[in-house]
Formats: sequence, C-alpha cells, structure tokens
Amino acid sequence: MITTTHYMVLSAALFTLGVVGVMVRRNVIIVLMSIELMLNAVNINLIAFSHQLQNVVGQVFAVFIIVVAAAEAAVGLGIILAFYRNKETVNIDEMNLLRW
Amino acid sequence: MVEAAAFYILAALILGFAALVITAKSTVHSVLFLVADFLCVAALYVTLRAPFLAVIQVMVYAGGIVVLYLFVVMLVNLKRPPEAHSDPRRLSRLGVVMAGAVLAQLIAIFAVGWAKPSAVEGTLSEQNVEQIGRALYTDYLIPFELASFLLLVAMIGAIILSKREL
Repeated sequence: MITTTHYMVLSAALFTLGVVGVMVRRNVIIVLMSIELMLNAVNINLIAFSHQLQNVVGQVFAVFIIVVAAAEAAVGLGIILAFYRNKETVNIDEMNLLRW
Repeated sequence: MVEAAAFYILAALILGFAALVITAKSTVHSVLFLVADFLCVAALYVTLRAPFLAVIQVMVYAGGIVVLYLFVVMLVNLKRPPEAHSDPRRLSRLGVVMAGAVLAQLIAIFAVGWAKPSAVEGTLSEQNVEQIGRALYTDYLIPFELASFLLLVAMIGAIILSKREL
C-alpha cells in the first residue's frame, strides 16, 4: 500500500538531489536545472496531498508553481545570456562582480 | 499491487534521472536527462489521478522550459569547460554533507511526526479539468491574474535582458 508518506520521502530525496546540484556544480545552467528539480519535488508533495485529502486546491497551487518555474527559467536564462556576452563564462565561481 | 509496482519503478526512474542530471559531464546530456525526469514525474501525476497536471507538466516543462534550456546551452558555446576554474574557498564536500543533513532532517520529520492526516475534505471527481478550472476562476481568481501578470513581466524582462542594445 502506497501512502502519502512514500510520496513525501520521494519528494524529499528529489529535493535533496536538487540541493546537491546547487551546492556542488559550478555550471550555472546546471544550477538552474537543479532549482527546477526542487520545484518539481514541491509539486509532487502538493499533488500527493491533493490526492490524500481529495481536494483540488493542491493541484491549483501546483499550477501556480509551474507558472513561477517558467518565469524563473525565462529570466534566469536571460541573465545567463547577458552575463555570457560580457564575461564569456558560465562558471558560477567567476560571477563575483557583486561580491564585496 | 500494480499501484505499488508503478510507484517504485517511477520513483527509481525519477531519482536515477535526477542523479544523472547533476552528475552528467556534458550540459546537453544533463538537459536530456532532465526531459526524461520530467516525463517520469508526469507519469507519477497520472498515478495520483491528476491528469491535467500531467499534461501541463509535459507541455510546459518537457516541451517549453527544456527547449529554452537547450537553446541557451547551444548559444553559449564554451571555449573552455565551465568547471575549469574553481574558487579555492569553495567547499563542495561540505555542500554534500549539508544536503545529506537536509535529507536526514526531512526523513526524521516524517518518522517522528505526530500530526495525524486531517479528514478527507472534498471529492476529486473524474472531471479533473473542470474542477481545477472552477477553483482557478472562483476562489483563486486574484492569484490567477497575478500569475498572468508575472508571466508578462518575465516575458518583457527576458526580452530586455537578452537584447544586445535597446
């Protein structure tokens, strides 16, 4: 029997993989992809609860999260392109212009 | 039984593809693994009886966002590998340890959590799209409009950011 806890553990593991990607990789495109993985983990959680409570609101919130993910991808990739045009790199360790 | 088998197979695929996304050497391979991961998550939504979300996942994530990523990966042609230069003060191992701590913490919350699941509130009917649409256009009308405004702002922002000169 698959309970909501199973889905929550899956979601936690997927979220952790996203965290590892953000912390370890230096390619900023892969860092953005890891953020997408984390947003997906949140969506799995919301839809598992929507299934458990038999309530559609969780799915509505998942739609909003997808909207935010799309906006984040568009703006984030725009920033990467603009930065690449200036410094010819996508290495996150070299993006230190704002460091004090 | 079928449900359990489907869940475990899909969970293994999702976690495996996610691990490949963050470990793949080539960024293009990473993006392709990301597509496979999103498709598996969409299949998981189908087993959770959320077919509308599954379709949206395939169309928006696997169809739209990932193509955007592929375009950027192709546009940014790198003369040297992005992982070449490493900040000496960077603590990657500590990052992995901290992520493991996050996982342990989350699992501990599930293991010792005493909150009982609340009672079933409504009913998920077979008309999934109708239910979501009704909720979106009645109770969540203002968030819906704000989301559309956010998309408009993101679109304008992306265009301005990626134009060479205005």
